[in-house]
This record gives sequence, structure tokens and C-alpha cells, in this order.
Amino acid sequence: MTVTLTTAGPLPSVQDAENTYDVTVVGAGVVGAAIARELARHRLRTALIDAADDIGNGTSKANTAILHTGFDAVPGSLEARLVREGQELLAAYAGETGIPVERVGALLVAWDEEQLAALPGLRAKAGRNGYHASRIIGADELRRREPHLGPGALGALEVPDESVICPWTTPLAFATQAVRAGVHLHLNCRVRDVGSDAGDHLLTTTRGPLRTRYLVNAAGLYADEIDRLLGHDVFTVTPRRGQLVVFDKLARGLVSHILLPVPGPAGKGVLVAPTVFGNVLLGPTAEDLDDRTATGSTAGGLRLLREKGRRIVPALLDEEVTAVYAGLRAATGQEDYRIQEYPARRYVAVGGIRSTGLTASMAIARHVRGLLADTGLDAGEPGPLPPLTMPNLGEAFPRPYRSAELIAGDPAYGTLVCHCEQVTLGEIRDALRATIPPHSLDGLRRRTRARGGRCQGFYCGAAVRALFEEARP
Amino acid sequence: MSAREVDVLIVGAGPAGLAAGAELAGAGAGRVEILEREQEAGGVPRHCHHGGFGGRLDRTVYAWAAATGSAYAGSGTSGPAYARRSVAAALDAGAALRTGVSVTGWAGPRTVETTGPGGLERITARAVVLATGARERPRSARLIPGTRPAGVWTTGELQQAVHLYGQRIGTTAVVVGGEPVAHAAVATLRAAGVHVVAVVTDRTPLPVLPRSRHVPLLTGATVTGLTGRARLTGVELRHDDGRTTTLRCDTVVLTGDFVPDHELARRGGLRLDPGTRGPAYDAAFRTSRPGVLAAGNLLHAVERAGFAAQEGRAVAVSVLHHLAGTEDPSGEGRRLVVDAPLRWIAPNVTGPHGARPTGDRFVLRTARRLLRPTLVVSQNGRELHRERLLLPAVPGRPIALRADWLDRVDPDGASVRISAR
Ligand SMILES: Cc1cc2nc3c(=O)[nH]c(=O)nc-3n(C[C@H](O)[C@H](O)[C@H](O)COP(=O)(O)OP(=O)(O)OC[C@H]3O[C@@H](n4cnc5c(N)ncnc54)[C@H](O)[C@@H]3O)c2cc1C
Ligand SMILES: Cc1cc2nc3c(=O)[nH]c(=O)nc-3n(C[C@H](O)[C@H](O)[C@H](O)COP(=O)(O)OP(=O)(O)OC[C@H]3O[C@@H](n4cnc5c(N)ncnc54)[C@H](O)[C@@H]3O)c2cc1C
Repeated sequence: MTVTLTTAGPLPSVQDAENTYDVTVVGAGVVGAAIARELARHRLRTALIDAADDIGNGTSKANTAILHTGFDAVPGSLEARLVREGQELLAAYAGETGIPVERVGALLVAWDEEQLAALPGLRAKAGRNGYHASRIIGADELRRREPHLGPGALGALEVPDESVICPWTTPLAFATQAVRAGVHLHLNCRVRDVGSDAGDHLLTTTRGPLRTRYLVNAAGLYADEIDRLLGHDVFTVTPRRGQLVVFDKLARGLVSHILLPVPGPAGKGVLVAPTVFGNVLLGPTAEDLDDRTATGSTAGGLRLLREKGRRIVPALLDEEVTAVYAGLRAATGQEDYRIQEYPARRYVAVGGIRSTGLTASMAIARHVRGLLADTGLDAGEPGPLPPLTMPNLGEAFPRPYRSAELIAGDPAYGTLVCHCEQVTLGEIRDALRATIPPHSLDGLRRRTRARGGRCQGFYCGAAVRALFEEARP
Repeated sequence: MSAREVDVLIVGAGPAGLAAGAELAGAGAGRVEILEREQEAGGVPRHCHHGGFGGRLDRTVYAWAAATGSAYAGSGTSGPAYARRSVAAALDAGAALRTGVSVTGWAGPRTVETTGPGGLERITARAVVLATGARERPRSARLIPGTRPAGVWTTGELQQAVHLYGQRIGTTAVVVGGEPVAHAAVATLRAAGVHVVAVVTDRTPLPVLPRSRHVPLLTGATVTGLTGRARLTGVELRHDDGRTTTLRCDTVVLTGDFVPDHELARRGGLRLDPGTRGPAYDAAFRTSRPGVLAAGNLLHAVERAGFAAQEGRAVAVSVLHHLAGTEDPSGEGRRLVVDAPLRWIAPNVTGPHGARPTGDRFVLRTARRLLRPTLVVSQNGRELHRERLLLPAVPGRPIALRADWLDRVDPDGASVRISAR
């Protein structure tokens, strides 16, 4: 296995035909990484490039981390189909590779008569989306199952297959497997311009030119800009910010399911959900903005979330907050994805992957591979991918600090560095030496959970930083 | 997983745990084992490279020093020296000290689970002492909005970065907080060659200004946001008069706002006091679980190290009674509850017959500055005690309440209320 991962310097020479990529995927979010992994099955020269210093550093690192069933999608839409297929594909993949998933189930809680009356309609819609396992439960059963719910809940629609998943391990698994199968990963590589030369795409990047025969645009919030560089003007991304609050692990006992609001005119609304790390999430807000970099939180947003949270699970508000973050959904003014192939240009645009892209990623990837074939790419027969096992970050699965066997083999797995999240020296060391190592402390956190707990570094911050800096070339 | 039994198990080798270990081992309590998750024992003083540890401050001097913000300067030794001395005292007395071993949970009422490089263990003790300390609330818990740039610290992380690892911090800093620990942060920043722009606190100005050490103090200012993408570029403030400003800096230290590291206590099902957020405890340091005691900043975040050590010695007496079976069985004490603006009182349960808190004083905190308030203790509407304080009560600084009214508490009555007038 030779791995090609570059973070600086010029890209492999573009002069000779030998170094021309067959396919280049712009954007290494969960969608781009999944596409690269799909292409890695084939004997193609594939490049995955991203402007950031890490994979999954855009919207993919900051979402609600729910593996959706698609029960509430717009029936008949491309999104509805890809979410449904994607959920199955990703759940299976997670099982194979060790990405933590917990099937906790969701409850859409009705807080007034109007919402209660809307539940049968939602159930029928779920049926139209091919999801038949949902059922309506009454106030008593609801309270029995969620005893910490605030007063006034009248009933709920139960969606037993809604799950929570690790949002960080998922794109990392895709990218790792792709790179191990021969895909070139170039980071710190922003596409500035797209030209053409002798039928190839000639990309101008911050790291110099790159030549590719086929181009896949998976640039998330910037997919419209890339699209315009190719002369199209079909959609415009309007970032829709979602702010979220993460509560400490001691809050985990307060919720058993994903507690969804009944969707109203103002969108999907604020939910309370467990995370695979054993925390509880409250959010997201939905704010339409112009600024595609506005990933900050605001006083107003936090106030709103706390108000909503107090209604849903009042005791939650007494718990310590371990993180506040915001992600931007790539909304395009259309209730569906914007995936479009352009055979004449050997180009596929993968835009508008709004609020379900984590779930749908693998199905989007399969779909895009098909579209590439439609644009003339002869990929040949797919081969097997090298098997992969990801380090487990999930609380519901065995973690190294609890494993006598691992510690006996290597005492580093018994040496805790991050005490709040119980992350060991062995795990940090492994992450720093991994196929795709982190390039920042945040990247290390997304791979290990180190510094992600209630103390946010009061105890371990300096020690973790020392390990990170030591490992840097 | 191996299983063992000891007589006394102490969780945490800070000033409280080490003092308890020294005292118990010296008293012949059998196998006394202290577990510490860090590679080195000593607790927070390990990284406090300033003086002020273990000095012979008497109570009035301490209160005065605290009020003027100079509590952590002057007398006593430096933190690391204090930590070394505390460790040596525990070892000399015969306590077993195991570092790099974390207590990760419970497997029984007095059985804990541990992880260390040597593997997993289950340790059962006749008595368990929790001395897990306290931490500062980080940015997220303070709900400070804005971007998430690098350059945001708590004092604890900053001190370790500078004093234990020699890491680079930045060039210009703002320190947030009105507790004495803000001064420790300023000193650490200076030692690291960082220019301190200002110390910011939302408190109203004090009549006696803290020793300035040439740092502008901005009172009545609340942090409303942080700016910067990869690296911090500024701290946004709103002043009490409604003005807003942004202080340019690449480093901000969020100091004080301590919270007990109570995870283990909660996971063990111990009752917490709603005010301190630490385990509820009586003057004999007993928690709601027989045979599980607690000491130090876990009980009240925070007092100075000498106080934690004093509690460590005092908890030893109760542990010895528990081991000998001579403990006062009337464990069901009355709860002590405070009225706003008081935030908490410690201890917060009345003790066994005759037991008085450490130093014969209760410690309290207020949420608001009170000019020489009168503290009133009552039960079932009956006044038990009234006391006028000589000094203003200031948020983040200890307030002392005499304990000689304890024998007037009706053991079958309601909770005891403490209010400030
Ligand atoms: C608040 C919130 C909650 C969500 N909750 C869920 C959920 O519960 N379940 C779910 O399935 N989905 C959820 N989503 C949606 C999901 O996160 C997104 O659909 C998904 O992350 C989109 O992935 P992406 O790869 O398309 O985009 P991104 O992750 O944004 O990746 C795009 C990448 O392109 C790179 N890039 C951009 N421009 C250039 C350029 N010019 N040159 C090179 N690289 C470039 C960027 O650096 C970035 O890494 C949520 C989203 C938000 C915001
Ligand atoms: C920045 C700063 C400056 C200060 N300056 C002064 C000063 O100048 N003078 C002064 O008198 N006081 C000062 N103090 C206060 C003083 O440090 C504390 O009062 C004292 O350390 C409290 O002792 P402790 O034993 O209760 O807790 P800590 O010192 O916090 O020790 C607790 C120990 O328990 C360990 N532990 C926690 N959980 C576990 C577990 N699950 N398993 C194993 N081990 C565990 C921790 O690692 C830690 O070592 C300062 C505090 C701070 C934060």
C-alpha cells in the first residue's frame, strides 16, 4: 500500500498524460470522501482535494449526527431515495468498519392539539417514503419512555429506526479507505479556477495546476461557485446556520430517544438527541445567512436553544455545557439535492446536499458513479476495497481504557491522557500515526475525543498539545 | 480484571487527598492507598508557580487578603514546592501512592474500578475518601458566543502549558474574572512573555482596588463574544452603561468560575448539594453513602490549598471512627439551605452530635456584593443565630459563618435556612 497524501508544495506534475487524473473530486467532506471511496474500487487515477487542512472540515464536522430513515423526506424526491438507500448502506458499512451507530429511535413529540392532529399525516407520509415501522403512541407511554420530558407532551410518533452515528469517523473512514486503495488526497488545496485544455479540465489551485479528465464538484457551501467556474448558473447556495449546544455525559440519562419536534411552517425545529459519545445535543437553529463562513454562535441563538430545551427536557439546563458549535447547511431554495451530470463537460455537480448528507453519503456516491459512467467514464469492473477497522469513539462500544487485553498488550492503552473523555495515550499515538493524521488539535479531537469533554483542556490540554507537537514533522 | 481490598482508598492526590493519606497512614489505619490519575501527585499546586501555599494566614488576614485580591501572593511557598512537601509527608507516613491510575467508576458501594498502565482493577475499601478537586468552567460552559478560534484558555491549562511544558502562548492577552485566581493568570502570562491588556470582570468596582500590578482592571464588563477564525483576534465586551467595545488580543484566559469535579460522586449516586454542586456533606465529611467521605475542593469550589489540607486531616478523624465502628450513627443530619443572593454553604448538612466544621466556621459564597450583611440562621421560622459581618461579602471570595449555633438545631426539624440581610 503506497499512500499519497500531500498537504503542501506543488501537485504531481500535470505535463505528462501519465500524471493526468482520471477523476478529481473537489471537496473532501463526507460526500466527496464517499465518492472518492466509491471510485477507489476501480482502476482509475483519482484525486480527492480540499481547501482545508483536514478532511471533513466543512459542514461535515458540525451537524446533528443522525442517521435518518428519511421518513419525513419529500416523497418522490431524489433526496428521499438517496437518504433511504444511504441509511441502509451506511448502517451496514458502520457495522463492518466499527463506526459507532446506536439505534436509539426517534419520538416526534406533540406539545399541543394541532401537533397531535398532525401525527397521522406524518405517519402516512413516512409510508409514502417506504417507511412503515412508525406508530403513534399516547401521552402515558411517552412519559414512561421519556420520564424527564417537560410537562404538556400529548403524544408522539415513534420512528424506531432513527439512529445516531459518529459524524467524524464516517468521513474519515471513507477517506482512509479511499487513500489506502490508491486515491491521492491533496489538502490545503483550494480550487480557484477551472479551465479546459485539450478536453481535460485544468484546475488552478492554491497549490498549482491540476489536470483531470473528469471532474466531480462536491464543494458543499461552495458548490455553486465551482459550478459557475464551469459556466453554469443553476443554483445559489444560501447558508442556513444551525447552532447547537452539547451537554455533558452526566445528562445522557435524561434522554433515551432522539426527541424531534413536529415540523411546522418554520422548518424542522429544535431537537434533543443523544450522541454516540454519550452526550446530549440541543439544536439546531435555522438561520438564513449570506456569509458562508459564519460558523460562530450568537447570544440570540443560544438563548433560543435554551428556551426550547427547557420546554423539552427541563433538567437538561442544569447540566454543564461541554461545547457550543454551529454548522451551515447548503440550502439552495429547492427542497431537493442539486445533483446534475454534464456529459459534454465530463462533469458532475453534487450541490445542495442540505441537511441529510451524512446519511445519504454512500448512496450519493453510488449515484454519482453511475452519472460519471453516463458522462462517458469507462471505469471498468469494480474490485474489492481493502478491509478497514476504525478506532472506536462510541460510548456504547468497547473502548481501550476498559480493555484488559489491549492494556496487557500495550500499557499505553491504560494511560489516560484526557480524563473527561477517557482517551488514552495509545489512542492519541495511533491517531497521530494514522493513514490520514490530524493537522490541528481539533483534528486530533475529532479522531480521539481528546480535549472534547467537560473540562475542555483544564486538565489535559497542555499534555495533549505536547503530544501533538511532538508528532509533527 | 483483578480485585483487591484495602482499608482506606483515597481518590485524588491533591492537597486534600494527600493530607488525608498522611494522617490516616500515620494513625495506623491499615492499608491506606491514594490513587492519582495524573503521572505526578500534588494536584493543582503542581502547576501554580506562585507563592501563597501553606502560609500561616490566619482567618482575618486571609479574608482581608482575599478581599483585596492579594490572597495568592506573599507568604507561604510556591505551589510545586508545596505539592512536593505534601507528597513526601504522605509517603513518609506510610501511605501507598499510585499515580497514573484513574478511578473510572463504581462496582459496589465502596468498590471502585480503575484503569492504569498495569491494567484494570476493582478495589474494595472499608472507607473511601473522594478528593477529586475542582476545575474552572471553560468557554463553552460559560456560553460565550462567537467563533471557536485557538487562544482560549482556563488558568489551569495555561499554567500547565507554561510551567510544565514551556509551550508558546501568544503575544497579547485579556484575563477574564474577578476571583484571586485572575492574578495567578496574569502572573503566568507575564512569565510567558505575554502582554496583558486588561483584566475584565462583570463585578462592580471594589472600594479597595486590587493591587493593580500595572494591569488595567475593567469592572462592570461582560464578555459577549470572541472573534477570529483560526486564531483569536478579540474579545467583545458590553459595559454596564450599555457601551460595547472590542479588546484586540490573541489570547484570552477565562479564570475562576470553579465547579467541583463531581463526576465520580454523581456516578456513585451520592446526593449532591444544589448550591455547591459537590456531594452534600456534614461536618464529619460524610456524604449520603455510609463509608464514603469527601474532602477538599470537591465539596466547595474553591478554597485555598491550606484549607483543603486541613480538611484532609479532619476527614481522617471521621474515617478512623468509621473503621473502628465508633461513628455517631445519627447520620441523618438536617440540610442547610441558603437564600439568594447567597449561593452555597459548606458543609451543608448538620453533623453528628457535637461535630463542628473545619476551623469552627461554615464557608459561604454570595452571588452579589453585599456591604456588611447580617447573616441569619433559622429553622422552622425560629431564629438560631444572627451575625453581622465586618467586611463586605464579595462574589468569588469566602464568607465565614460561626458554627456555635449548631447545638440549637432541632434534629427532627425542617431544613436550616441561612439568609443575608
Ligand atoms: C446543523 C446541521 C445539522 C445537520 N444534521 C444532519 C444529520 O443529523 N444527519 C445528516 O445526515 N445530515 C445532517 N446535516 C447535513 C450534513 O452535515 C451535510 O449534508 C453534509 O455534511 C454535507 O457534506 P458535503 O461533503 O457536501 O459538504 P462539506 O462537508 O461542507 O464539504 C465540502 C468541502 O469542500 C471543500 N471546498 C469548498 N470549496 C472548495 C474549493 N474551491 N476548493 C477545494 N475544496 C473546497 C470544503 O473545504 C469542504 O471540506 C446537518 C447539517 C447541519 C449544518
Ligand atoms: C490556578 C489556581 C491557582 C491557585 N492558587 C492558590 C494559591 O496561591 N494559594 C492557595 O492556597 N490556593 C490556591 N489555589 C487553590 C488550591 O490549588 C486548591 O484549593 C487545592 O489544590 C485543592 O486541593 P484538592 O486536593 O481539593 O484538589 P486538587 O488540587 O484539584 O486535586 C485533586 C486531584 O484529584 C485527582 N483526581 C480527580 N479525579 C480523579 C479520579 N477519578 N481518579 C484519580 N485521581 C483523580 C486530580 O488529578 C487531582 O490531582 C489555586 C487554584 C488554582 C486553580
